[in-house]
Amino acid sequence: MSVWRQLKHGFRVLTDRRASDQAITNEAQDFIDRTMEEFIARGLSPEDARRAARIECGSAFNIRDDVRGHGWENTVEALIADLRYAGRRMRAAPGFTALTVFTLALGIGATAAIFSVVKPILIEPLPYPNASRIVTIWGTRRDGGRNEVAFGTVNEISQKTRSFDSLAAIRGWQPTMTSAGAPERFQGQRVSASYFRTLGVAPAIGQDFRKEDDLGNGPHVALLSDALWHRRFAGDAAVIGSSITLDGQAYTVIGIMPARFENVAAPDAEIWAPLQYDMSQGGRVWGHHLRLVARLRDGIGIDQASKELNIFWPAFLMEHPKDLFNDGLAVLSLQDALTSGVRPALNVIIVSVLLVLLIACVNVTHLLLARGSRRRGEFAVRTALGAGRARMIRQLLTESVLLAAFGGALGIFFAEAGAQALVALSPPSLPRVGNIAIDGSVLAFSVVVTTLVGFGFGLFPAFQASRQLQAGLTRQSRSVAGGHRRMRSTLVVAEVSFAFVLLVSAGLLLRSMERLIEISPGLRTANLLTMQVQTSGPRFREAAVTYAFFDRALEAARHVPGITSAAFTSQLPISGDSEAYGVSLESNPDQKDVEIRSAFRYAVSPSYFNTTGIPLLRGRLLDEEDRAGGPLVAVVSDSLARHRFHGTEAIGKRVRIGPLDGPLYTIVGVVGDIKQLSLLDTEPDAIYTTPTQWRFSDNMMTLVVSAQGNAAALAPALRMAIWSVDKNQPIVRVATMDQLLARSVAERRFVMILVTAFAVVALLLAAAGVYGVLSGSVAERIREIGVRSALGATPRSILGLVLRQGVTLTLLGTVIGITAAAAGTRALTTLLFGVSHLDVVTYVGVCLLLLAFSAAACWVPAWRASRVDPGITLRSE
Amino acid sequence: MDSPNTDLIQGTLDMLILKALSLGPMHGFGVARRIEQVSRGVFKVNPGSLLTAFQRLERAGWLDSEWDDTDNSRRAKFYKLTRSGRKQLEVETTDWMRRVSAVARLLKDEG
Repeated sequence: MSVWRQLKHGFRVLTDRRASDQAITNEAQDFIDRTMEEFIARGLSPEDARRAARIECGSAFNIRDDVRGHGWENTVEALIADLRYAGRRMRAAPGFTALTVFTLALGIGATAAIFSVVKPILIEPLPYPNASRIVTIWGTRRDGGRNEVAFGTVNEISQKTRSFDSLAAIRGWQPTMTSAGAPERFQGQRVSASYFRTLGVAPAIGQDFRKEDDLGNGPHVALLSDALWHRRFAGDAAVIGSSITLDGQAYTVIGIMPARFENVAAPDAEIWAPLQYDMSQGGRVWGHHLRLVARLRDGIGIDQASKELNIFWPAFLMEHPKDLFNDGLAVLSLQDALTSGVRPALNVIIVSVLLVLLIACVNVTHLLLARGSRRRGEFAVRTALGAGRARMIRQLLTESVLLAAFGGALGIFFAEAGAQALVALSPPSLPRVGNIAIDGSVLAFSVVVTTLVGFGFGLFPAFQASRQLQAGLTRQSRSVAGGHRRMRSTLVVAEVSFAFVLLVSAGLLLRSMERLIEISPGLRTANLLTMQVQTSGPRFREAAVTYAFFDRALEAARHVPGITSAAFTSQLPISGDSEAYGVSLESNPDQKDVEIRSAFRYAVSPSYFNTTGIPLLRGRLLDEEDRAGGPLVAVVSDSLARHRFHGTEAIGKRVRIGPLDGPLYTIVGVVGDIKQLSLLDTEPDAIYTTPTQWRFSDNMMTLVVSAQGNAAALAPALRMAIWSVDKNQPIVRVATMDQLLARSVAERRFVMILVTAFAVVALLLAAAGVYGVLSGSVAERIREIGVRSALGATPRSILGLVLRQGVTLTLLGTVIGITAAAAGTRALTTLLFGVSHLDVVTYVGVCLLLLAFSAAACWVPAWRASRVDPGITLRSE
Repeated sequence: MDSPNTDLIQGTLDMLILKALSLGPMHGFGVARRIEQVSRGVFKVNPGSLLTAFQRLERAGWLDSEWDDTDNSRRAKFYKLTRSGRKQLEVETTDWMRRVSAVARLLKDEG
């Protein structure tokens, strides 16, 4: 009630100050009149009564001024006046204003854009209820890496541990739907029935999976994403309970997930079906292809859960001594598991953008200081008119906050553009890209940053200016000007050193990228086109049908004009495929005490090696004779041959791939190493068999073709060729090998591009800073320079004088920068490759670059100084 | 700028205004005179602090104001106590009495 009245009265005053003033004056006048009447009544003459009333009450205007000074609206009014004044000052110096606002907009915009990327990854909790209670469980390898787990392990964990409320296993699933319209392959997941309950989400329409749906021969049921439901079924609720055909089998749609459901573990998954693991196979402990999410029981922390699993694991190993891959189990929060990979990169980007913001602020501080010294006259007048120190500081702060506000407003536009560019540039490994947006919280963040920035860069110049006034209103107070200059030099040195750190970081990342790209993936990448071909439908459950299809598809592909050779492989290097098996030697059937190494397993057409250019080192390649029924043979990579046979010849030895009771393969050849996961792979152990000699038929193969000339152009013809064999088979992931390579370094490229962009901005801002300080200093020293040249200094020596000043500042900044970079770039090490964070070439290069830029920035003021006409300057004093 | 009120302890002016108005609506001059008369000239109220206090009390919701005709067909701004103003007066009066008697007891003891 009273707040409302406060507001109402205040606003009434604000909207019509004149009327409210008049009302007070009237009331005061009435008071005075009545006092006067009283005096008249006591017998005074009207003239004397008027005087007496005046003496007793004062004038109506005085009373009014007394009364109107109270109330909150006065503070607002003063603020509006300050803002108006600040606006006028800004309009009076459009160049200064534009430069300042632009610089701030760059800093604030870049910071807000980066914040919008970082927020959904590092700051926001995952979009599930009590998301911090959701964890993932991984197998840990001896080398510290993470492994997926086998179903047997999942089963045992869920039965024998007590740390988790619910537990769900997931694996990828790419079913092809052939019922409604054209065949389409979906990204999906096979999940335990408890998956959605573990995450804490329920279908928006229909039902969740039931426990009994998840048995070996359970019903074929599926849940759809909201997007898929709208795309393929027009959002029609009648689809619930209806049947769709996936991979040739009828599935009943039992529910639709909510539109806002975000499946962070596999963002592109659109369809889910129960895992339905066949437990009759016993607790399988090989086939490590399951990811595990769990919800912690109330009161149990991640540490306790880890502890329990650490007790569970040895007991588990006693019963199942054949888990060859995993050395233990680790519990990680889902958020950490999702973000730990990109965290170092994001940290580097955050620090870089903050440095840019800092440099932008320092630059604006500069500009304000320079302007402050030019506005000394104005300040003097205002002080003479009665403005106190606090009032002056308030005014100057208002100006800087207003500048920051304009900068922030423009910055939002930059941020919007920046965020879009970031999404476009973002590497596939960046989680939750869909949530990057300039939303309310990013705006709020920008407002906070803007305010802080406004006060941050405004406070110092404001104090400086008011101190100058206190120091006396003398026109040229030498000591103050000197201190002022020293301050600005310090700022430049700081700026240069920040820029140095950024430039070194960018340089190191660039050089890492250069080194990385130099690495050979082990195969020819030029003119190679790849596409994944999948068989779909019940008839392919027969292995022979699958083999026949791929044989015929390969034959058809070979006949496409322009193709020199073609082959199928079960997994493609650098594509994200990662299928590995333990390889054990025949001589060591009991692997217990032997170092277990896994190797990537490939089922390839014999022509694969020629097509990709993987060289044969010894022995022979696979050939058409190596087919089902014949002697089992394998080709291994050089690395496997060296690691496993310790100098003895691998060819002729026999190995098992996968389970220890599996068949033996004879090694017939050794081929060159390739990089499977990324160019950084250090364990390229690989083993190749022909498709028909592998234990099961791979139903997802990648066609690799080498072409004369532009391979990418052949994609449509190849697709037609394969569909001429069977038009129901989906073809996805069409990419040239070069594209796959580029994608594999995308995250590094992302960081590199960002840091380089920030470094370039920092370099330009620092150069602008050097320029500003020097031209300011030349303007202040114009008399001294005039005297010097009057006394015989040549233009050349004056040029040198100014240049030396600039270069000294830069050198100082560089020296500090080197120290800071040497310490700071340690944080980069995980992102570097092939260069030390103390790489001399980078440091020297950055030094030279900075010196060159600062020399260029110094040149104009120095040249101006050298042209000073001593006659004119001396006379002007 | 603040507390132009020299003759009165800060805060008592508000109470006295409320008290004066508790008898019925009055204009500013009337309130000033009533305070002076009843206090037998101990408190003199200057118009600046009086009008400021009116503004404050009105914003607090304890007073309402209205321009109205007076006896000799002149207009004046009349103030009247609101219901919450009346309550406030009670609160302040009790409070004041408690303080005064406490101070009085203290002074008696000392004496």
